[in-house]
Amino acid sequence: MDTEKLVDLLKEVIVDHECILTDNADLHSYSYDASFGVHVPDVVIMAKSTIEVSNIIKLANEHEIPVYPRGQGTSLSGGPLPVKGGIVLDLSKWKDKLVIDPGDMVAVVSPGVLTAQINNAALEHGLIYPPDPSSSHVSTIGGNLAENSGGPRGLKYGVTKDYVIGLEVVTPEGEIIRTGGRTVKNVTGYDLTKLIVGSEGTLGVITEATLRLFPKPQATQTLMVLFEDVVVAGKAITNILSSGILPSKMEIMDQASIIAVEDYQPMGLPTDVDALVLIELDGHLAAIKDELKQVIEVCKSVGSREINVAQTKQEEAELWKARKLVSPAIVRVKPTKISEDATVPRSQIPEMFKRLQQIKAKYQVDLVVFGHVGDGNLHPNIIADKRDHEEMRSVEKAVEEIFRAAIELGGTLSGEHGIGTLKAPFMEMELGEVGLEMMKRIKRSWDPNNILNPGKIFPEPGQRLVLTDD
Amino acid sequence: MTNAKLAYEETFDCVQCGYCLPACPTYVTMKTETHSPRGRINLVKVAAEGKLSLSELEDPINMCLGCRACEVVCPTNVQYGKILESAKAVLLEEKKKGMSKRARLFQAFFFDTMLPNKKMLKAAGVGVAAYQKSGLETIARKTKLLNTLPEKLQSFEKVLPDAEGLSKRKKRKTYYPAKNEPVFNIGFFTGCVMDTMFSSINTKSIELLQQAGCDVTVIKEQTCCGALQNHSGELDKTRELAKRNIKAFEQYDFDFVVNSIGGCGAMLVEYDHLFHGDSEWEERARRFSKKNVDISVILNQLSLPYKKAVNEVVTYQPSCHMSNVQKTVREPVNLIKSIPGIHLVELPQKDMCCGSAGIYNVIHYEKSMEILDEKMKSVKKITPKVIVTTNPGCHLQMKLGVEREGLTNEIRVVHLVELLAEACGMG
Repeated sequence: MDTEKLVDLLKEVIVDHECILTDNADLHSYSYDASFGVHVPDVVIMAKSTIEVSNIIKLANEHEIPVYPRGQGTSLSGGPLPVKGGIVLDLSKWKDKLVIDPGDMVAVVSPGVLTAQINNAALEHGLIYPPDPSSSHVSTIGGNLAENSGGPRGLKYGVTKDYVIGLEVVTPEGEIIRTGGRTVKNVTGYDLTKLIVGSEGTLGVITEATLRLFPKPQATQTLMVLFEDVVVAGKAITNILSSGILPSKMEIMDQASIIAVEDYQPMGLPTDVDALVLIELDGHLAAIKDELKQVIEVCKSVGSREINVAQTKQEEAELWKARKLVSPAIVRVKPTKISEDATVPRSQIPEMFKRLQQIKAKYQVDLVVFGHVGDGNLHPNIIADKRDHEEMRSVEKAVEEIFRAAIELGGTLSGEHGIGTLKAPFMEMELGEVGLEMMKRIKRSWDPNNILNPGKIFPEPGQRLVLTDD
Repeated sequence: MTNAKLAYEETFDCVQCGYCLPACPTYVTMKTETHSPRGRINLVKVAAEGKLSLSELEDPINMCLGCRACEVVCPTNVQYGKILESAKAVLLEEKKKGMSKRARLFQAFFFDTMLPNKKMLKAAGVGVAAYQKSGLETIARKTKLLNTLPEKLQSFEKVLPDAEGLSKRKKRKTYYPAKNEPVFNIGFFTGCVMDTMFSSINTKSIELLQQAGCDVTVIKEQTCCGALQNHSGELDKTRELAKRNIKAFEQYDFDFVVNSIGGCGAMLVEYDHLFHGDSEWEERARRFSKKNVDISVILNQLSLPYKKAVNEVVTYQPSCHMSNVQKTVREPVNLIKSIPGIHLVELPQKDMCCGSAGIYNVIHYEKSMEILDEKMKSVKKITPKVIVTTNPGCHLQMKLGVEREGLTNEIRVVHLVELLAEACGMG
């Protein structure tokens, strides 16, 4: 169908015609996300109600036009990219509902509400919404749900899916369904809630979510531990966790990231250490005081080089600053940042570190490692220049080998960024032919015309990893 | 005319993470990615690649306030200002090709002659009022230079300050000695709009500097900073003005060049950017830029002779160009807090632009008012008695905001210098 005809049909079901964008400048503005690839859609619609979404999807399904749900476009895996043309369904402007019910300890939200806003609203009632992707002040809850996002607090509190107990969803045929409810316990039938969360917008459009909230921990305590050997760091992490302490965050920075930060904004970090680990404990003040002692003991007993305990909130912020500076520090040499999230079982962290160093040497890529070490969700980042196609080919090979290493060590392709377009070529490597086929069957039965976010998760025949925009 | 080019290579520094979105006032009010920093950077890139025409690029670029709040939150240090300015210059060059001779003359008159010429500004009555009263409005309308001229220009009239009248205004002297042992030797930058419409603020600034222990010299050779020209893409004219100022101030041995105008200050500290790769001027510009500071930076290092308490609830609306470009953030806050009796309440979302943005509020009145309405929502959350500003544009805009909300009798808007002068018992 030509775009003009499509727009005419859309105008019949959308009240505010200003929410339909067709200008060239607008279309180009919804052609990307925070990953790779540029795909210009035919039309962009900013939807603001369930009925509107339902009508759009019905129309799209009838005419077999692809629809791509989109939040604020912070995806690192290509989730919202309109790879086959059609309609970008922007849900980021639909943020009218953010209700906190302290009695039921739930939040009920529209898809466009920013994740950090949910946590801020919960805090007013002494509660928290624990999932904390580092983009939570930008990303929408709809996007987080679709991608099942995690964050540093995942170690103790789990990820997005662990907090979703009910959804309102528009199916690929435009029907409106509700899954789950408002109770923590609910075993009525298949758990469609969990099926939709993390389905990357391929099975339905989430139009409302009911989220669990937790009591706010009374206090936090941060410490920084330096290790001369990453194997020792790995040992310390394992020993802390097996001593009965569950920190709220455990973040690691490798030597390359420490050097990058020191070159960028000197903070007095020693650049001859192999790893820096930031640990945050949370809970009752008396409890974390005791836990802090134990953590220090464990670190010392395995042979940490230096331990720095934050005495004030300001010092706490100062310690975390090192971690925050990694991103701006590493892109100073070259602008393109390929952020991976391959995840391995905790026991394999030292081995994964070793493999990453080998890959770095083999392909001569600029690789730094930092990330959520407590749950094995490392972020190997490769710094390159996407204008240099030859370099990008090496990077693609290095990334492929990172995936292979993670899977060989019993881990996974993606801990929290999602599969999208980027990792689709590697799905079979992790899931096997039948495993992947079972997922495809689910997709086919939910979305017979393949209109919802086509081109994601499942590889096209012959598809390979491409890290350039053209 | 230089052959303007889009800053294409700079667009590659953007990793499209989107962290700039919540910081962008036009993204908040206009609601589309097209009007966000990430969106604009991408559009400059695709325009440079020929996938978007310059006319299609025009609206998203023109709607940008240039507040540069995005640069502060950018985790990869993208030089948004440079990308924006390159786009403005290219668009202007393109536009001039299609302009009638009359329109070109007007553009030239406004930026080359009127702004840098104090006599003309004074005679016209200055700024927005100048614009109306001098009949330029009619000319502009006829030439369609500013094709979105606001219908409600008169709304500015109500909020224009009672400037020191032409006859009343004392002729400014050249030298003002420190009241006590001099600590710094200061060259004072007066600005053009500031020194006419808000000349009393300049007068008070000089007096405060004297009181705090500064020898102050107001050199006659200085001229307009070039900020408005630069924001319009008039790069050659900006460079011309910059050279005149650099040359003028080089003749003296000042410790600092001080101004009380957030917007001009931002231009002055970035003069070196204008001469990138120019062997004759780059270093001279850098030396000059380094000497330029906002008055709050100087006063914050010295002590002021406070004479009375100001027992009021005040809030501070920072100037974007002062925070985001000059990076002067703490000093004004420290100064406000140092005033006896004052109760400073932080303005929620203070880092959001008020929508004034040079002459944005004149050219894009409706869009500017949407941004102002957002700002006033924050103001109403804390209901202060006084709003403190540090830039004439913000000053007028906040007054307009107060006026539009019908709060003129409850809230007064002052420049930081006026508040300090009040506490020091100056007239």
